Amino acid sequence: MRINCPHCGLRDVVEFSYAGDANRNRPDPASTDMEAWNNYVFNRVNTRGRHREFWQHNHGCRAHLIVERDSVSHEIFSVRLAKKPEAKPATKTTKPKIVKGAKS
Amino acid sequence: MKRLSSGKRIDTGTTLRFTFDGKAYTGHAGDTLASALLASGVKIFGRSFKLHRPRGLLGIGLEEPNALVTVIDNGVREPNLQATMVELRDGLVAVSQNRWPSLDIDFGAINQIGGKVFGAGFYYKTFFGPFRNPRIWHFFEWFIRRAAGLGSAGQVADPALYDRMNAFCDVLVVGGGDAGLEAATHAAKQGQRVIIADINPPIETNNFAAFPNVRFLSRTMVWGAYDGNTFTAIERVSEHRKPNVGEPRHRHWVIRAVSVVLATGASERPMVFPGNDKPGIMLAGAMAQYAEYFGVLVGERIAIFTNNDSAYSVARDLANAGAQIAAIIDVRSAISDEARLVAGLAQTEIILGHAVVQTAGKKAVSGITIQAIDASGKTSGQTRDISCDALGVSGGFTPLISLSVQKGARPAFNEELQAFVPPALPANWQAVGTLMGDGLPRTAPVLLIQAETPADKAFIDFQHDVTDTDIDLAHREGYTSVEHLKRYTTLGMATDQGRTSHVAGMSRMASLLGKSIAETGTSRLRAPFSGVSLGSMAAERFGHVMPDRLTPMQDWHAENGGQTYAAGLWHRPMAYPQIGETIEQAYVREAKTVRAKAGLVDVSTLGKIMVQGPDAPEFLDRVYTNMMSTLPVMKARYGLMLRDDGILFDDGTAWRLSQTEFLVTTTTANAGKVMEHLEYYLDCIWPDLKVVATSVTDHWGAMAISGPEARNILNRVVTVTSVDNDALPHMGIVHGVIDGTKVMIARLSFSGERAYEVYAPAGHARSVWEALIEAGTPLGLVPYGLEALGTLRVEKGHVTGAELDGRTTAADLGLGGMLSKKKPFIGSAMAHREGLTCDGRLQLVGLKSLDGRALNGGAHIIENASISEVAESLGHVTAACYSPELGCYVGLALMSDGKKRIGQKLILSDPLRSMTMPIEVISPHMVDAEGSRMHG
Repeated sequence: MRINCPHCGLRDVVEFSYAGDANRNRPDPASTDMEAWNNYVFNRVNTRGRHREFWQHNHGCRAHLIVERDSVSHEIFSVRLAKKPEAKPATKTTKPKIVKGAKS
Repeated sequence: MKRLSSGKRIDTGTTLRFTFDGKAYTGHAGDTLASALLASGVKIFGRSFKLHRPRGLLGIGLEEPNALVTVIDNGVREPNLQATMVELRDGLVAVSQNRWPSLDIDFGAINQIGGKVFGAGFYYKTFFGPFRNPRIWHFFEWFIRRAAGLGSAGQVADPALYDRMNAFCDVLVVGGGDAGLEAATHAAKQGQRVIIADINPPIETNNFAAFPNVRFLSRTMVWGAYDGNTFTAIERVSEHRKPNVGEPRHRHWVIRAVSVVLATGASERPMVFPGNDKPGIMLAGAMAQYAEYFGVLVGERIAIFTNNDSAYSVARDLANAGAQIAAIIDVRSAISDEARLVAGLAQTEIILGHAVVQTAGKKAVSGITIQAIDASGKTSGQTRDISCDALGVSGGFTPLISLSVQKGARPAFNEELQAFVPPALPANWQAVGTLMGDGLPRTAPVLLIQAETPADKAFIDFQHDVTDTDIDLAHREGYTSVEHLKRYTTLGMATDQGRTSHVAGMSRMASLLGKSIAETGTSRLRAPFSGVSLGSMAAERFGHVMPDRLTPMQDWHAENGGQTYAAGLWHRPMAYPQIGETIEQAYVREAKTVRAKAGLVDVSTLGKIMVQGPDAPEFLDRVYTNMMSTLPVMKARYGLMLRDDGILFDDGTAWRLSQTEFLVTTTTANAGKVMEHLEYYLDCIWPDLKVVATSVTDHWGAMAISGPEARNILNRVVTVTSVDNDALPHMGIVHGVIDGTKVMIARLSFSGERAYEVYAPAGHARSVWEALIEAGTPLGLVPYGLEALGTLRVEKGHVTGAELDGRTTAADLGLGGMLSKKKPFIGSAMAHREGLTCDGRLQLVGLKSLDGRALNGGAHIIENASISEVAESLGHVTAACYSPELGCYVGLALMSDGKKRIGQKLILSDPLRSMTMPIEVISPHMVDAEGSRMHG
């Protein structure tokens, strides 16, 4: 898997570490609603398919990214900085280069 | 068996010498071990896995299931190599496997007598199931493991070099056959960056010298397909010759391609009939290729047995090469005119609607018996014997689809080919050539020939001795999924990965299930495609592979008798023993000196993080349990961090250097984790906070000077600032200068004594350390190591990573008072949940040895001295040492309701190290409980 870091460009997944589900809603810090905290801390949906998740570029710029990824095919749909709202495309757009006419 | 005058891949002018099982042979440059042995008349190449049946060569390439050998090079053994893939070199030493004492006479063949009982799952059923006792299984397992297996690895370290390489390209072409070369040429002409990988040695026609944008990797097998169009390959750089200086034996490639063309081809598979494993029975296509490439004619009178047209041209080619074709036996009742025409050139008899039902010959085939066969595979009628010295078999072709399905797609079954072909491929993927079935013959449905009274076993998987009856057995016992079948019978496992056996196995399975092969499916193919050396994957990463982290004072420690050990990646001095001192005597002396005079310890390994910005005070209030925003400038405060679930995460100090700047310290072990923790909350949870966190661990050299004389020593060396109690009270910070270096000094105490942490820029830290040693030595200062540091903290009941074990809460460690009630913080809600505040939790206590022996770390505290009974553990020892202050061995422990048990006399039990001893539970604050020594 490769992730297109908005700061550093397309990099191998070994430079990153997974930092959790990005769909969770953290209760207000002052909240004492134990149901909400319990849900936030311990429960995960374990989505099959398209999933928003945090990844940290530990061995690069160290920024946390929000990566939209298919949890089955590992296809990446978008990558953006967790701190900034605007989305970036998942990879540099390279047109498919299919070799035509190759038959034995 | 004879060598013809020439072969396309061999140079008959060059003779190479080699040995096989100690016997000397010769071959030609360009030969494989298999072709050279075949040319020398060798018939038996190996013994089968379970039954030790003599086996010859079946194939010519990666499909070879029988001819597994061990190559020995300077005492280094490489087992389980396919002889068909070993390039001959002068001086090659190869030995056969799975036989004793020799290939010709193998005592293991006694297994054939019991062949009926050695069915699928035999060992587990016989030795594991009935006894229900793992010990009995373990007893038998030792013998079974010795008897099983093929080659054995050696004990000698491999001196060869291995290398790894990353590469990027527009088009990766896997396979250097016609289809692959055409695809590569096409892409090359378009100016794309092309890598073409071919498993074979280079041949002259693979010439891409005109294209600087093409990298041709010969002797390279692409064996894995991964996410993001990432492929792994092994290049056998110098395995076939003496490596040049610095040249690796194998090179591991990680290739990231924009698009990929798979041209991996197909391999032929045998027919399944009784006695089909005799030496001399070979894939028909392989026979023709041995003649064409290596000039080896495998027999003088060759019979052919097939279910498709390809074998007819093989017959013609072999006849042209000088062999007599005894007959072509075809299970089909009708064949095409072209086939008949081609066979006519071989001048042989064509026998349709017949099958081989028996083979003659003990150690090599000497004849066959044929009989008429119906569409279901049943044979009947008159038998006929045909004499021959080799039998070529062709049961169709299996495209090598592994790379196309490794990521999980299910292959499609093609009825015409009777084979699995690649599934619908992802964008930027293409499969070409025989892999897609182009040019492969239409094949009759795969039949397992069922003679009325089979004279011998019919093997489906040669490598693992899986027969048709094993599959029947697995089916009877309920293993009806293909994945279960594979694991129960081992069909399709090991080096050949079922290339010759899979479809026949699936066919048998399907007919038992009453389904089609397409419905039955096939088991998942995974990387690696074929055997890969572990050395290539390790490359240079063996032995000492982790980086070493050294503090700025590391050299001083080494020069001054510091005995270092590894603490994570760091190397830290444990003690500075004097001549004749043990480590224990040294640390006890050091700890004593700290409490009596002064000591200096290297604490550069502590994590250090600068937290800066207008919202820094607010941020620290959120991440620490206690209040940090109220901390005055140039003061430090001890702080705790929790995780969201309320469990203790780390402890450390925060130094306020200005209104908006804090230097945060962490434990050595958690330095990286705390940094990530802060970054996560700043990026993901509170992106609005104006705060920047920067790791400065390596920028500062840090040392702690502790003891009653510490201030006097500082007084002698620190300029620019005073360090007396008014200027630098407990938890105060000053900027000063030592030996010309600007330093920060914070008055913090881990030892419980009056103590100061001195931070100097890393490049100058050693000179500051030396200035302190020089000034302090006359006042009794000694350097002390981690052991004394640990002793001093144990005596004070201060916690470290051993107690912050991911299960303890602040209250468990007596730090409950540090949880602020005035503000929320990370973990504040969950810290008070029922399970973390209930009775019976493990709490921090001190322990004292009552019989003069040392406590063992990790030992458990029990009430009852009898170790023959199962005792409930009340808790465990987290740290242990000799306390010079108390004059006895002490320890810290986490103990159920520990606070209530202070004063109790209990038992410490360590059954693994055969120790039980009496102890007393004491307060963890063993020395100066009021903390008066560090003030004033």
